[in-house]
Amino acid sequence: MTLTLGHFLSLGAMLFALSIIGIFLNRKNLIVLLMAIELMLLAVNMNFVAFSHYLGDMHGQVFVFFILTVAAAESAIGLAILVLLFRNKSSINVDELNTLKG
Amino acid sequence: MDVKTGLFYFFSAVLLFAAFRVITARNPVYSALYLVLAFFQAAAIWILLRAEFLAIALVLVYVGAVMVLFLFVVMMLDINVDSLRQGFWKHFPLAAGVGVLIVLEMAAVLMGGFRISEEPKAVAVLGQSVEQVSNTRELGKLVYTQYIYPLEIAAVILLVAIIAAIALTLRQRKDSKHIDPSVQVRVRSKDRMEVVKMPATQSFAARDAAMPAEAIPGTEKQP
Repeated sequence: MTLTLGHFLSLGAMLFALSIIGIFLNRKNLIVLLMAIELMLLAVNMNFVAFSHYLGDMHGQVFVFFILTVAAAESAIGLAILVLLFRNKSSINVDELNTLKG
Repeated sequence: MDVKTGLFYFFSAVLLFAAFRVITARNPVYSALYLVLAFFQAAAIWILLRAEFLAIALVLVYVGAVMVLFLFVVMMLDINVDSLRQGFWKHFPLAAGVGVLIVLEMAAVLMGGFRISEEPKAVAVLGQSVEQVSNTRELGKLVYTQYIYPLEIAAVILLVAIIAAIALTLRQRKDSKHIDPSVQVRVRSKDRMEVVKMPATQSFAARDAAMPAEAIPGTEKQP
């Protein structure tokens, strides 16, 4: 049996589901939440690369390139906010982040 | 089952195991290290898909920069893990239900409708075999011609990220002997020296005679 596009898409779906489970489980730990978001972006990128290969279209890989850029910027700013939060609250518990009563 | 299929299943198994450990590891440092493993496996799978440039970029950018940043932050923060793990397994049935539902639905759709297994068509159009097409060259041609404006916007996004991260975490330490050159230049002699009006002093002999015995000379307040 040979590899089909469905194999790679299913792998991306499983990775995405795992990261959603991670967001459910670690709803107090902000840093693991950020890591779960990184895993989600990886699953999306996996789908882009798989489609790009099996449809013979390079534009999908260009999109992965830009997603990588945005994800790097996002994690850098997210971690900066995390450090600032820990400096002010001495904790990264999501439950204590209720200063802005929404 | 050829070699490529076996490699795909091996890399996928390690990738899913690493992702599972990322979300369940007790120590966030282990989570970050398993995330590094997951990125390496994803890069290997992308090489199977002939996306070499993106695989190497994933290793260099993610493992080399972003994950090292994660590790720095995890090790810098003093996290009380036990308080963060409260209610961890309480949400597990709901989470597992949602996750299994997502996987089953997407697998039912994907494995049924996407059985494409032939080689890329664009390569056949070019009239070259797969080995002669450089992935990096093709990606570079696209990025620097058709996608030049998005590329510049991406560069601006990175610049904004640099400035935002520095501006958020920059602070003045209160215990450092910090001097500000602009304040130093702007100072005038009027601000530095203050002339205090004092009454004319009496003679020392008369003052010593009038002073009480227990008072120490030099510390009493002048009127």
